[in-house]
Amino acid sequence: MGSRKGKCMVFERPPVLRAAASVVGKKEGEGPLGHCFDVVNEDAYFGEKTWEKAEASLQRTSAGLAMQKAELAPTQVDVVLAGDLINQCTPSTFGLVEFGIPFIGLFGACSTCAEGLAVGAALLNAGYAKTALCVTSSHFSTAERQFRMPLAYGAQRPPTAQWTVTGSGAFVLDAGMPAKSGEICIRAALVGKPVDMGIVDANNMGAAMAPAACDSIQQFLQDMDCTPASFDLIATGDLGALGYGIVKDLLGRDGLVLDNVYDDCGLMIFDRETQEVEAGASGCACSAVVLAGHLLQQLREGILNNVLLVGTGALMSPTSFQQGESIVGIAHCVWLSRQP
Amino acid sequence: MNMTKAEYGRYVESMAEKSALVKNMALSFVMGGLICVVGQIFSNLYMGAGLSKDAASTATSVTMIFWGALLTALNLYDDMAKVGKAGTIIPITGFANSIVSPAMEFKSEGLVLGLAAKMFVVAGPVLVYGVVSSVIYGLIVLLVHHIR
Repeated sequence: MGSRKGKCMVFERPPVLRAAASVVGKKEGEGPLGHCFDVVNEDAYFGEKTWEKAEASLQRTSAGLAMQKAELAPTQVDVVLAGDLINQCTPSTFGLVEFGIPFIGLFGACSTCAEGLAVGAALLNAGYAKTALCVTSSHFSTAERQFRMPLAYGAQRPPTAQWTVTGSGAFVLDAGMPAKSGEICIRAALVGKPVDMGIVDANNMGAAMAPAACDSIQQFLQDMDCTPASFDLIATGDLGALGYGIVKDLLGRDGLVLDNVYDDCGLMIFDRETQEVEAGASGCACSAVVLAGHLLQQLREGILNNVLLVGTGALMSPTSFQQGESIVGIAHCVWLSRQP
Repeated sequence: MNMTKAEYGRYVESMAEKSALVKNMALSFVMGGLICVVGQIFSNLYMGAGLSKDAASTATSVTMIFWGALLTALNLYDDMAKVGKAGTIIPITGFANSIVSPAMEFKSEGLVLGLAAKMFVVAGPVLVYGVVSSVIYGLIVLLVHHIR
């Protein structure tokens, strides 16, 4: 059974992150974390005919790889929780249909990775599933064409723009056995609430999501009686340089000094000096592949012991944006911990 | 966080890195100028070959549309825009870029509902309001002539 502390879900039998897989594109492979990912594909189409099929293929590959690492057949997985940025989440359904696993589609924009882990952990802890697969993806070209301009159009990118990560991360959650020493489990999670601070610029998602990140981090620390020092790392999903600065500054004003424990996945995956990504990275895959490829490795090696993943999402659609609506931010917290 | 939306907007404005306006304008000036120089060279060539001034400028427009479309198709025009900033938006080549790029992008949705329908997604408003304003301008000229 689970319990609740304030607004947080606390897992009494913490689900174990049995395996994870990351698949990325060429540009991500050339970044500082390039060596951490399981698959780096040079072909942006991933052997398919359309960008959308390419993104579906990303999910198929990462999900297949994660199950293979966990030594599970698709029939042994009780539920898959997946989502992406594209209308009606078709890359998720088309990518995962062939596995025949009961499917829950999620939309949390770029917070989908954390959302999937939180919901999956809750299902497992409550006993409704023994094994869950959480998958998410984004593709630069599908996102650009849905939300912005055609790729070959000579549009200008302002310094606050972020680069959508091409990739997919998949995670196998397992409640079959208690975590053994050195295994990584999910201790608690907070489902964030939507926050609207009136940002309307689709080229400034970091500023739109930062208030939600502040809100969720504060709520989580307060409910769980923690301080930033309780964690080796607090990692927001994809706030980029501006959002990262805002979170640090605003929480600092409220007396929460994040200093050395705070980083943003959107600042880790690309080299901003040389890779022309302006404020940093974004997309569902940003936090998913950084977690699957990089952070979990550091947790396994004991370099990190407690990580608070704060998945951030900008909730908007091309229609809401064209109608002048503001971008609603959201942030979900997931506490990942290495079993001592 | 105790801020209203308006206060947060101003706060974000103060934190955000600004575009390098002077540098971007200088690069735009150079790129836009270069494109015009190329156009002028074609214009002179056509006149040298015996075309009248009007015919030569029409031929130049057609030539520049061709180059804009070709560079877009080769995925080079967006690289030019990265270097030459807004200088690449200037009429004719930029217009060709704005029509060819969505045509390429939406080809995957078919020749009718994709390529043809989406072709004017960027340039369409320019055409619509360009035609509307030319009609209004024509009416004003007509009225002025009548009054005289």
